[in-house]
Amino acid sequence: MTGELGQIAVCFALALSLVMSGAGLWGARADQAASRSIANGAAMGMLVFTALAFGVLTYAFIVSDFSVALVSSHSHTTKPLIYKISGVWGNHEGSMLLWVLVLAIYAALVAALQRGGDRLTSAALGVQGLMAAAFFLFLLFTSNPFARLDPMPFEGNGLTPLLQDIGLALHPPMLYAGYVGLSASFSYAAAALMVGEEGWARAARPFMLIAWIALTAGIALGSWWAYYELGWGGFWFWDPVENASLMPWLIATALLHSALATERSGAFRTWTLLLAIGGFSMSLIGTFLVRSGLTSSVHAFASDPTRGFFIMVLIALAIGGALALFAWRAPTLKGGAAFEPVSRETTLLLNNVFLIASCACVFVGTLYPLVLEAFNGTKISVGPPYYMLTFSPIFFALLLLVPLGPKLGWKRGDLKAAWRSLYPALGLAAVAAIAVLALITPRGLTAALAFAVAGWLIGASILDVRSRKGARASAFAAALAHAGLGVTLLGVTGATAWRSEALTVMAPGEIITVGPYRLRFDGVTEVKGPNYVADQARIALMDGDRVKTMLRPEQRFYTAEGQSVADTAIRTTGLRDLYLALGDNRGNGRYAIRVYVSPLAPLIWLGALVMALGGMLSLWGRVRVGARASASETVAAE
Amino acid sequence: MKGAALLVVLMLAGVPGALAQTQPVVPTTIGDSFADPAMESRARNMQRQLRCLVCQGESIDESNSPLAADLRRLVREQMVAGKSDDEIREFLVARYGDFILMKPPVQPNTWLLWLAPFLVLGGAGAVAWVTVKKAAARKA
Repeated sequence: MTGELGQIAVCFALALSLVMSGAGLWGARADQAASRSIANGAAMGMLVFTALAFGVLTYAFIVSDFSVALVSSHSHTTKPLIYKISGVWGNHEGSMLLWVLVLAIYAALVAALQRGGDRLTSAALGVQGLMAAAFFLFLLFTSNPFARLDPMPFEGNGLTPLLQDIGLALHPPMLYAGYVGLSASFSYAAAALMVGEEGWARAARPFMLIAWIALTAGIALGSWWAYYELGWGGFWFWDPVENASLMPWLIATALLHSALATERSGAFRTWTLLLAIGGFSMSLIGTFLVRSGLTSSVHAFASDPTRGFFIMVLIALAIGGALALFAWRAPTLKGGAAFEPVSRETTLLLNNVFLIASCACVFVGTLYPLVLEAFNGTKISVGPPYYMLTFSPIFFALLLLVPLGPKLGWKRGDLKAAWRSLYPALGLAAVAAIAVLALITPRGLTAALAFAVAGWLIGASILDVRSRKGARASAFAAALAHAGLGVTLLGVTGATAWRSEALTVMAPGEIITVGPYRLRFDGVTEVKGPNYVADQARIALMDGDRVKTMLRPEQRFYTAEGQSVADTAIRTTGLRDLYLALGDNRGNGRYAIRVYVSPLAPLIWLGALVMALGGMLSLWGRVRVGARASASETVAAE
Repeated sequence: MKGAALLVVLMLAGVPGALAQTQPVVPTTIGDSFADPAMESRARNMQRQLRCLVCQGESIDESNSPLAADLRRLVREQMVAGKSDDEIREFLVARYGDFILMKPPVQPNTWLLWLAPFLVLGGAGAVAWVTVKKAAARKA
């Protein structure tokens, strides 16, 4: 019965999404206040029913109701509870249900935060409703998560072992919060084009920030997962699925900066609208790439051409419709503001130029092989070397410019004064580069350069915080986010330039030295997990002849799924990772073992966390200012 | 002639084997390696530039698939035979196509791929230039 309840809930949610879009768009007319409150109510109702559907599916996974086809093909009674729950979105149908749930949450947030009183919000709800309706239809017609299976099997097929992991349990919800968060900016932009753009950048800003924070965290989680789960010590593979999440992030970052200029000084009005449309378009394209199975990559677990076709039509309608609206209405918008060539506005514009070009690298690199193959069957690979030669120099140039922006005033800046105030950061950059060249062998010019840029970024951020005591939260937020970029850059440099490794076969009792570590292989024993059996190696980290600590990398065999997955053992000091992965059995107790020593690797994700914290600080500043503004409004009204 | 070449290869291949009994002649799986560190780092570098044809996302340097092991053996055999990196690459491309190269070759059907990022950079830069000019003129 529960399955049908879920399906009915989705149907109700679909109906409410249609009500919301109709009432919202109609309510955008000046004299239709009643219609606006209907749209508001529909947004809340849509959330209730979508959450109900999601809850029903989750329940079916928890109690292992194998009469639901999805549960039987993606779950198993012996799975730990957390992976039963994460199994809900560890498959196509469930992840699309999660997608619409997040869409509904954002619609309800838009309705709740703005109280739906104004025409802009009403129109935004209308657009959000249209999008929700399209995805509900997609869910019902091509990806029904509640389809039944008769006869009901006694046991399920289990979940891909790679997905039975805490990092990948959290990664999709986080990433979706980011992807779909951009739908709110998209809806606001479309609404602004319909009813006039006054104040839209301010209204949409919290949603841009939430989406950006979630994307940052989601990408970092995904990269961290790939690092410890795939067992090769790598943290970014330029895999199409990774690229699909990077593109929206790059555009969202550009959008945050451009919208800042629009809000503060009225510059780049049309451009910001276009970016808001572009950001969500990238999310849709990313979803399409992953969900259609078009790109065969390590992450792609779904493939079905009918779904791909449906999403393609959906994307064409959403992007095409928004762009048509833009082409029709943008010329009627007010012209941009005046500013000098040397000003904050110009630096924000340059930020956008480099971010758009970076995104173009990823876009072309991801899609070009597909297009080429479709045209004449030629297959080429676009691997990391391509991005090293295109993305890296462009993004590097952007990083060089970052510290300058906050030092220049709006409308008109003083380049000389800005430059002079950055001398200490320049000093830090020089020290970092010289230290790398002097202390570390073999000498690496690229590493020294990267350290200089990181020092430049972090130094400038410290200067920013020091020079603006008592300033608004947003200034600190920017400093924090920019410093985070520097921290990540340090991590990436350390983990790529100075990684040492040993790929070796060891017999019990054998000792090897990798970097500063002495390791003794003590053999392999079999251990039992809740739903797997593992070969667990015992590798002693030695301090002289004393055993300092035991590390236990595993090779797990998941019995229900019949697949093997490596479970790495990582010991971190916070500034350096010792990373062990167990390979195959070579007979006589000998095993292949991979050892990596990655200096600074943890900083990659620490930097992302710092960036996300910067975003949260900015959001907190917004909410506080917003609360103060609405309080004073109330006082004024009284 | 062919026989003589093969003999040379076998002799060359025999040398490291004789020096270090535990080292296999042509190392193929992870954990085995050339005794000569320069040779080994050349092999690793080569392996990183070649794509595993069945796992697609990974290079043959970091894949557990049997095909990747075969390709590693192929690369190392060619190295033992005295082929240069370029010759090995050409040999593999002739056999498997451009798909095997992690770095797409620069040729007519990839010009757009290599140029597009910089075209976009130039285009966006030009738009920015015009925007700044207009914004500055507005004030005057």
